[in-house]
Amino acid sequence: MSSSATTLGAPAASASAPSRSLTWQRWLLWAVLIGFAAFFLLPLYVMVVTSIKSMDEIRGGSLLALPHAIDLAAFGKAWSTACTGADCSGLQPYFWNSVMIVVPAVLVSTALGGINGYVLSKWKFKGSETMFAMLLFGVFMPLQVVLLPMSQVLGWLGIASSVWGLILVHLLCGLPGTTLFFRNYYAALPDELIKAAMLDGASFWRIFVRIVLPLSTPIIVVCLIWQFTQIWNDFLFGVVFSGADSKPVTVGLNNLANTTSSVKEYNVDMAAALIAGLPTLLVYVIAGKYFVRGLTAGAVKG
Amino acid sequence: MKWVARPRIDWLPKLVVAPSFVLGFLFIYGLILWNAYFSVSASRLLPNYEFAGIEPYINLFESDRFQVASWNLAIFATLFIGGALALGLLLAVLLDQKIRQEGVLRTIYLYPMALSFIVTGTAWKWILNPGLGIEATVRGWGFESFQFDWLVDPDKAIYCVAIAGIWQSAGFVMALFLAGLRGIDDSIIKAAQVDGASLPRIYWRILIPSLRPVFFSTIMVLSHIAIKSFDLVMALTAGGPGFATDLPATYMYSMAFTRGQINLGAASATVMLAVVAAIVVPYLYSELRSTKR
Repeated sequence: MSSSATTLGAPAASASAPSRSLTWQRWLLWAVLIGFAAFFLLPLYVMVVTSIKSMDEIRGGSLLALPHAIDLAAFGKAWSTACTGADCSGLQPYFWNSVMIVVPAVLVSTALGGINGYVLSKWKFKGSETMFAMLLFGVFMPLQVVLLPMSQVLGWLGIASSVWGLILVHLLCGLPGTTLFFRNYYAALPDELIKAAMLDGASFWRIFVRIVLPLSTPIIVVCLIWQFTQIWNDFLFGVVFSGADSKPVTVGLNNLANTTSSVKEYNVDMAAALIAGLPTLLVYVIAGKYFVRGLTAGAVKG
Repeated sequence: MKWVARPRIDWLPKLVVAPSFVLGFLFIYGLILWNAYFSVSASRLLPNYEFAGIEPYINLFESDRFQVASWNLAIFATLFIGGALALGLLLAVLLDQKIRQEGVLRTIYLYPMALSFIVTGTAWKWILNPGLGIEATVRGWGFESFQFDWLVDPDKAIYCVAIAGIWQSAGFVMALFLAGLRGIDDSIIKAAQVDGASLPRIYWRILIPSLRPVFFSTIMVLSHIAIKSFDLVMALTAGGPGFATDLPATYMYSMAFTRGQINLGAASATVMLAVVAAIVVPYLYSELRSTKR
């Protein structure tokens, strides 16, 4: 898969193909492509445009109309004063909860995945392939099966409804995927590299740190981005395992947008949605090709 | 004499992966078994380890709400998988035509996968809302009789969930197909062109059939996404109107965590697991076997 994923990530090699005359087929092709681009962009457009309108303008105008004036007040309100039920502290506390959950869960699951992948590709032992296959099932299983027993486990560990509980669940849930990423990547590194180092007397850890890790930058980036996106966007674990002061941003947003107050402020809802989506959107725009590699690696095993 | 280090190296790798595997297996298989036990227990509002036999399963399959959820899943999965495949393949073929701005278009088609549906659902709910969204907009253009109120219609709301699902996943399918198309040897296309085959014919008869493995793995991934779909429904309809858009995943959540029917929730989770396993295990098995060869 990695070879085709690289092709995908690379700039279109054929962009400089001999320029064709703009026939009607070419025009039609472009019209269809742009039409679909508009379809995909529509929700984002609605979010952006609505978030910078005032409520008067939203009530009076169409959903697609551009704003007469840019009003950023909704963002301030969504961030720090919007109400969810009786609690009026905006999205801010949820956002920081998400950061506190995401950072350790991403770093630890990536580190463990790297070490596991190293062993499972370069230090195979009897039964390691079968164990890997069994772990891989964790990528596909419906997470609903872990919800009820896991809430018991978190209770016993004394970390129910806390940020720590969510970190642990995300860490365990991410482990099969990160192991898969690294194992497939390291499988492509030549075994001779490891054997030569072993003959020179290098130890297990020395080979990992000196030879394997310096070659791992792309897969580390893929893994970090993938885990970050998954955990930041999680809603199921967030809604089941969080308590009053450990709710992640997706849960905060959902509560905010579904609060039935007397006056519904759509601009604040949309601004809140943009704030909640901004971190993953930024990562996607900046490092999209790594995100796509993570996405396609999950679909096809190597 | 270098091999003095050998015995040390023998146990070290095993020791290093042991914690991950022990925790991973406990998390996956330990909790699956535990959940299975809940599903045959008398647990209601609180966990109760008294054995209740298959009674929860009987109640589950006789429950109207679970039947609606299962039927919804059948409708949703069919539309979602079919729609995402068709749209994704179309986009991949169109983007394969030496498009100058391919990178930009690809980024646009794929961005929904990078955002939580809780985020994009905020906008979708608005777009699909008859009083505020498309219906109101088209009426505002002067088509007073235009009607699009599927989101609040119990019989049609599930189609809205499918539309949003296709919107979210079509770009992903496009990425998989595009990677597949780029992996095909150019000489096949050149040979067919020399034979005078037209471009649509080359795609239809040669290129698309050669993507069969991509179809296969894409359908696998899409079907397990469909079974696990939760955010989509929670953000758009929260299962409503009534429970008209419940899927097994949202059914499980409400039974287990809001309705105080833990054993029913656990039983529905086990059913979901069985369906996913029936689809995924043969696939994983064949994938891993083919790499061993």
